Amino acid sequence: MNTHVKITQSASADLSRRSFLVGSAAAGLALGYSAVPGLVGADQAFAAAGNFDPSVWYSIAPDGLVTITCGKADMGQHIASTMAQIISEELGSNWKDMRVQLASNDPKFNDPVLGAQITGGSWSTMMNFDAMSRAGAAGRMALTEAAAAAMGVPAGELVVRDSVISHPKSKKSMTFADIVKSGKATKTFTPDELKAIKLKTPDQYTMIGVSVPQLDIPSKTNGTAKYGIDVMLPGMVYGKIVTPPVRYGATVKSVDDSAAKKVPGFIKAVTLDDKTGSTTGWVVAVANTYANAQKAAAALKISYDGGPNAKLSSESLLNEARRLQSLDDSGLFFVKDGDTAAAFGTAAKVMEAEYTTSINIHAPLEPMNATAELKGDIWHIYSGNQFATRSGAIAAGAAEVDPKFVVMHQMWLGGGFGRRLDADMMVPAVQAAKAVGKPVKVIYSRENDMTMDYSRPLTFQKIKAGLDGDGRLIAINHDVVSAWPTKRWGIPDFLTPSVDKKGALDGFTVNGADFFYSVPNHNVRAILNEMAHNATPSGQLRSVAPGWTFWAVESMIDELAHASGQDPAQFRIALLDGKGKNDGGAQRLRNTLLAAMGMAGYGTKSLPKGEGMGVACVSSQERATASWTACVAHVAVAPSGEVKVRKLTVATDVGTQVHPDNIRAQVEGAALWGLSLAMYEKATLKDGGIEQTNFDTYTPLRMSQVPEVAISVIANGEKATGVGEPAVTVIAPALANAIFNACGARVRSLPITAEAVKGAMKA
Amino acid sequence: MPNLNINGRNMSVEAAPDTPLLWAIREQLQMTGTKFGCGAGLCGACTVHVNGEAVRSCQTSLSDVAGKKITTIEGLSAKGDHPLQKAWIAEQVPQCGYCQSGQIMQAASLLAKNPNPSKEEVVAHMDGNLCRCMTYSRIQKAIMRAASEMRTASNAGTERRAT
Repeated sequence: MNTHVKITQSASADLSRRSFLVGSAAAGLALGYSAVPGLVGADQAFAAAGNFDPSVWYSIAPDGLVTITCGKADMGQHIASTMAQIISEELGSNWKDMRVQLASNDPKFNDPVLGAQITGGSWSTMMNFDAMSRAGAAGRMALTEAAAAAMGVPAGELVVRDSVISHPKSKKSMTFADIVKSGKATKTFTPDELKAIKLKTPDQYTMIGVSVPQLDIPSKTNGTAKYGIDVMLPGMVYGKIVTPPVRYGATVKSVDDSAAKKVPGFIKAVTLDDKTGSTTGWVVAVANTYANAQKAAAALKISYDGGPNAKLSSESLLNEARRLQSLDDSGLFFVKDGDTAAAFGTAAKVMEAEYTTSINIHAPLEPMNATAELKGDIWHIYSGNQFATRSGAIAAGAAEVDPKFVVMHQMWLGGGFGRRLDADMMVPAVQAAKAVGKPVKVIYSRENDMTMDYSRPLTFQKIKAGLDGDGRLIAINHDVVSAWPTKRWGIPDFLTPSVDKKGALDGFTVNGADFFYSVPNHNVRAILNEMAHNATPSGQLRSVAPGWTFWAVESMIDELAHASGQDPAQFRIALLDGKGKNDGGAQRLRNTLLAAMGMAGYGTKSLPKGEGMGVACVSSQERATASWTACVAHVAVAPSGEVKVRKLTVATDVGTQVHPDNIRAQVEGAALWGLSLAMYEKATLKDGGIEQTNFDTYTPLRMSQVPEVAISVIANGEKATGVGEPAVTVIAPALANAIFNACGARVRSLPITAEAVKGAMKA
Repeated sequence: MPNLNINGRNMSVEAAPDTPLLWAIREQLQMTGTKFGCGAGLCGACTVHVNGEAVRSCQTSLSDVAGKKITTIEGLSAKGDHPLQKAWIAEQVPQCGYCQSGQIMQAASLLAKNPNPSKEEVVAHMDGNLCRCMTYSRIQKAIMRAASEMRTASNAGTERRAT
C-alpha cells in the first residue's frame, strides 16, 4: 500500500545550514530562517523577493502583536501556545501581545529536526525548543540594536521586558511597536552566529515554567475555534461516504443510484479510484447539504466483492500471530544483547507468559473530514491533520497531480491521538470535488469513522525470562507480533534497521521493549503479522508501541518478582542499577518510581481484603526521547471480578517544564486514556469488518468512571521531554499488578474484564 | 420553509422539516460552534438548549422545535462571558476543545435549575457528554466554580434589592 507515495524531503530542512533573517515585510517585521541553505543577506533577500518572505516563524506587526506560525498540529496539547511561549521567553515580549496561526504544508514550516511536517511521538517541544529559542533571541537582538541606534545609547545597556526596550540610565524607552514602525530592525545571522547566541539559563527564565493562559482556550469556550469540519467555502457541496462491510480489500461491483436520485439535492455518487491505496471500495454520495448526502448515501444500493480479508476475525489474526511467534526464523531483532539461549541453560527458574491487546479505535470526537477545492491548477485542502507533508502527497495522489500543486490549510484538530497522521479522508474529498466540479466537504459518519479507523493493531507478545539462583533476572526473550503501522506509510526513513542489519523493522511496534533495566542477555524480536497488516491497516494510536510493550514487560517483571518472593517495586529498583548503556535513564526512572511509591504510601498501608496496590514504571516513548514515568494503582476487586479503581498515583520526570499546568493536564489526560484502554475500550474484527460502530459499543471512559488521580511532575533541569503520551503506557500494567496483589488473579489480556479477573482467581 | 427562533432571533431555513436541527444550525445558519460527534445521541457534542432544556440537536428534527426557543453556544452569553465560559477559561479546561460547546451547554442547563449541585449531581448530569481528551476533572471544577460565582452574584443581587 502507498508504495508510490514519496515524501518530498526539503533540501533546506537542516536549519543548522541556514541563516536567520530579520527584516521589514508588508505586514511589519518578519523573522525566520532563510529559504535556502547558505548565507543570504537580509537586504539581498528583500531585493530578490520584493516582498520579504523567509520561513516566517513569526512576525511583529506595527501594533506590536507577535504572531507565531506553528508548523505543528494542535490537537489539544496547546503546542502552538507552547511554541509562542518558548519564543516569547527569549524575545522578551509581553504574553498579552502573543498570537498564533497554523502553518500550511509549505516545506519552509517543516520541523527543524524531522525535515517534514509531522506531529507525534511527544517530540514537538523537545525537538523545537532550541530552534524556537534561537529564533526568539535573534529577534530580541535585532530589535535591541535598532533601539540602541534610535536612542543613541549602547545596545549593552538596554533592558528588554514585556515588549518594551528601555535604557535605565537615560530613562528612554521604545516599544516593540515603535521599533517595527521605524522600519530599522534589519539583521542577518549566519548559521554560526545563530549557533553562538547564548541562550538563557533556567535560572533566568521568566516565561518558561509559568502557566500562562493558553492562547487557544477562549475560542474553545465560545464556539469560534475553527476545526476542519467547520470550513465553509462558497459553492461548496457535501459528501457522505459509503464504506464496505470489510475494513480493507473490498471492491465495488456495482452502484445503483436510482433511489438516491429521488433524494432532493442529490448530485452524484462517486466511486473512488484510489491509487494511493488508502481506501478500498468506497463510494461518496454528494448532495447540496450533509443531511441530504446522508439520505442519498442510505439510498444507494451497492454490491461488493469482499476481497481476500472478508472472512477474517480477531481470532484468525491472533492465531496467525501465535503461529508466527512459534517459528524460529520469524521477525527481526530490535535488541540482541548477550546470549539468551546460554543463559536459559544456566537459569535456576525459567518462566513464560503471553500478553495480548485488542484492536483499539482512535475515535477523536471530531469525525474524520476534509474539504477540497480546485482553484486554477492548485488543490486547496482544508483539514486538521498531523502529517501535512504526507497528507498533501496523498491528496496529490488522489488528484493525480504533483504534490507541489496541493496546498494544505491546517485547522484546529478536534482530537488527533495519531488518527490524523493518516490521510484517507483526502481521497474522497479530492475525487468527489473533481467529479462534481465544485468544492466538496466530506464528513465521515461516526460509523464510517470507527469501522474505517487506522486502528491500534491487535498485538500478541510472548516473554520468556530466566532468573538465577539468587532471584536475579539474567535473560529475556521478548517477541512482539503485530501489524506494522509505519511500514504502511512507505517511508524508509521511519523504519529501523535490525541490530544484525538483516532488514528494516517497524521500531514503532517495539519501542519500550528496549527498557532501562539491566538484563545481561536480552533479545527482542519484531514480527510482522502480515495477515493483520492487510486486514486491519493499523495506525499510530496515542502512546503507540509502549502502550503494549510495557503492558507485557511490566506485567512480566511483576510475575518474576512474585515468583522469586521479592517485592515487585524493590525488584525493579534493583534492576534499575544504571550500569552501562542504562546510565542516567535508569536512575531517573528509579527516582520517579520512588516518588510515586512515596506519594501513594506504597508498602506503608494495610489495605482491606480485596484491595491492592500495584506498580509499573516506563521509559516511554523511545529510549532517546523518554519521559520517566511511574504509577501506583490502587484497586478494589469484588468476588465477581469487577475492578474498582480507587486511585492512580502518577509521577513523571519531564526534565524541564515549559508550562506546568499544561503538563498536568496532558499527564492526567494520558493516564485516563491509559485507564480507558486498559478497562473500557475494545474493538473486534468479524468477517473482515470492525464490529463496533458507535459509542454504544465502543465505550471510552466517561466522567462517572474517573477515579482519583494524583500527579507529581518532576523537573530536574534536564532537557524538556514530551508529556502527551508516556502516562498512557504505565496504567494498564500498574492496574494488572494491583489486581494480582488484591486477589491473586493475573490477567494478561487487554482490556481487562471482570470475567477474565474472576476466571484467573484461584479457586 | 421552517422558521426557527434561535438565540433570540427568528430565522427561516431552507431545509426539510425532518432535517436534524444540528445540520440546519451548522450549514444553513453557519453557526459552527455546535458540533457533530456521533449522530446518535451518544456523545453530547451537539448539545443545545430547547426552551431551556439541554437536547441533542442531532436527534432533534426541525419540526420538533417549531415555535420553541433554541439557544446555541453562540447565544449562551452576549460576549462569551457566561459564568461557565469564564470558569472554563479560569480552569483552563479545553484541550482539543471539540466537545466543549456541548459540555458547556449541558452544564448550563444544570446550573439554571440547580445553583448548588453536589459532585454526584454534576456527574449524573454530565455523564452523557464524552470528552476524548479526558478533561473530566477540570470540567467538574469549572462547573463548581461557576455555580459558586453565580450564587455569589445572585446573593449580592438579592441584598441590593433588599436595601
